[in-house]
Amino acid sequence: MADISKEKLLWIYERMRLIRTFEDRVAELFTAGNLPGFVHLYAGEEAIAVGVCAHLTDRDFITSTHRGHGHCIAKGVDVKAMMAELYGRATGSCKGKGGSMHIADVGKGMLGANGIVGGGGPLACGSGLTAKVLGTDQVTTCFYGDGAAEQGTMHEAMNLASIWKLPVVFVCENNLFAESTPWTYHGASKSFADRATAYNMPGVLVDGTDLFAVYEAAGEAVARARRGEGPSLVETKAFRYYGHFQGDAITYRTEADLASYRARDPIEQFRKRVLERGLVSEAELAEIDARATQTVDEAVHYAEQSPYPAVEECLTDVYVSYP
Amino acid sequence: MTTRTLTFREAINEAIRLEMRRDSTVVLMGEDVAGGATIPHIEGKGEEAWGGVLGVTKGLATEFGRKRVLDTPISESAFIGAAVAAAATGLRPIAELMFVDFFGVTMDQIFNQGAKLRYMFGGKAQVPIVIRTMIGAGFRAAGQHSGCHYSVFTHMPGLKTVVPSTPHDAKGLLIAAIRDPDPVIFFEHKLLYDMTGEVPEGDYAIPLGVADVKRQGKQVTVVTMGRMVHFVLEAAEKLAQAGIDVEVIDLRTPSPLDEKVVLDSVKKTHRLVVVDEDNPRCGMATDIVALVSERAFDYLDAPPRMLTAPHTPVPFSAPLEDYYIPSVDKIVSTLKSLMAKPS
Repeated sequence: MADISKEKLLWIYERMRLIRTFEDRVAELFTAGNLPGFVHLYAGEEAIAVGVCAHLTDRDFITSTHRGHGHCIAKGVDVKAMMAELYGRATGSCKGKGGSMHIADVGKGMLGANGIVGGGGPLACGSGLTAKVLGTDQVTTCFYGDGAAEQGTMHEAMNLASIWKLPVVFVCENNLFAESTPWTYHGASKSFADRATAYNMPGVLVDGTDLFAVYEAAGEAVARARRGEGPSLVETKAFRYYGHFQGDAITYRTEADLASYRARDPIEQFRKRVLERGLVSEAELAEIDARATQTVDEAVHYAEQSPYPAVEECLTDVYVSYP
Repeated sequence: MTTRTLTFREAINEAIRLEMRRDSTVVLMGEDVAGGATIPHIEGKGEEAWGGVLGVTKGLATEFGRKRVLDTPISESAFIGAAVAAAATGLRPIAELMFVDFFGVTMDQIFNQGAKLRYMFGGKAQVPIVIRTMIGAGFRAAGQHSGCHYSVFTHMPGLKTVVPSTPHDAKGLLIAAIRDPDPVIFFEHKLLYDMTGEVPEGDYAIPLGVADVKRQGKQVTVVTMGRMVHFVLEAAEKLAQAGIDVEVIDLRTPSPLDEKVVLDSVKKTHRLVVVDEDNPRCGMATDIVALVSERAFDYLDAPPRMLTAPHTPVPFSAPLEDYYIPSVDKIVSTLKSLMAKPS
């Protein structure tokens, strides 16, 4: 913790708080019937996306999942454009053509949320290959869930990244359930980190609710990738407050489970640690809290005031050129 | 431009070689595209074990090195997905799907990632990838190594599809595909690899979306592509002796489809036959017939005809496989029966 600057600590808190505020608001908006489609919320996992992306710049890449809002915010995607995308408006990150499951901002190195579980593993090898062939020091982080860990694509991707020594960090976000199915049932391994051994790469298991644990493990993995020493696997074990999708009755989780989650809330843990050590002040955190609320308020207003795309937009952007 | 005789295989190799020389972001990857990776007496000596399973990419690893010519594990999802994202982040990858029949193990990366990425991102990305793949029956390779399946990919928005028929076209179309900003699936008929033809030296691109009228005729239009072009041309010569004047259109790129050349031809000849080695349902033959029925129905003097492979997998046994492939004789008899009907 000592080696994280105050500026960085405030950035970390600001990103975690913004994700939580954004997701809680999306839950309300969705339940009220204001948002179309379906959304998968990241609340509870903030320390993972932020703890990893704290080591990345706009030039680095990430691949994401159906539960991608947190990754987007941690990677610096504009929150107004994200909210407008959720509303399907022309001002959205993807002009309203992608929605929650496909928010992307290639300029920020965000290669897209992904509606296909396990879809991002091979893609991460691709941006990793680009960095390797062009000789840059860009690192790609592949976020994937415990459910995706059982897809063949992830196994293929980890193997390929390892034999080609690609600058990729595989971050398994074990939020305990693949939809409604517990990881202890769907996974044969004792941990997903164990699988790194099979692909001859370092693998560590950390508490994904502990920002500092994630930050430290991701820091080592990113540094190793940047040095050209190849991929690593970081399993981060956390939980999600919301269901698989918003509207999920979450019958598979008990009240006691939820109480244990609240006792380990990643943002509260972080607050406690930095305040106890006097690294930041209550007032500074309160200001960030207020700013997050304001940012999300503004994003909702912006989205609701934005126009829908013209119907002709249905026909564009399929190809760069098509005679 | 000086021309010389090359095989279809050599023409493809030359297209890749020229583009790799011209553009350092072009990389080639696939199973055994070089072969023998890390083996001291092969890679260690700058050599290749195979240069592609049928030798199409021979010499490329030797010239460009293993950093740009990458042997992959048998992990089509991983390396085709990698090619997609490499394309979105600055490279121009050519990925080889050894046989098109293997698309089942990687379709998500082609269809849900590569083809849709630009659209889902609101046009804020592009995916300049080429997936080269082998097609076609006649090799006694049976059900999982012999299909055509280009209609499957032609159906998918976001992909372009190319089915070359000659060494000249293979080179020019592949160069265009590599330079194209969109994902292109390039279908190479394995029984054309040894075919020879005149190929210009140097680089030239044949634009995607332009069909080629291979033979001018007045009485019936035959639309076809790939290996079937040669069968149809042979049939047309026989029919000419019988007094039937056939126009032969080589579609070259099922997507983008050159609708104008097809429609103009039918408006002139008033009859249409589509000959296709792919399966019949929801295929190129039904697609072309639908196009003509909708847009040139009043010009037709007879119902359009489709001569395709049957609605079966490709069989192994020689007489069965020979029956499966539309033959010159079948093309001749189909056209004769069409022309026999009073107009």
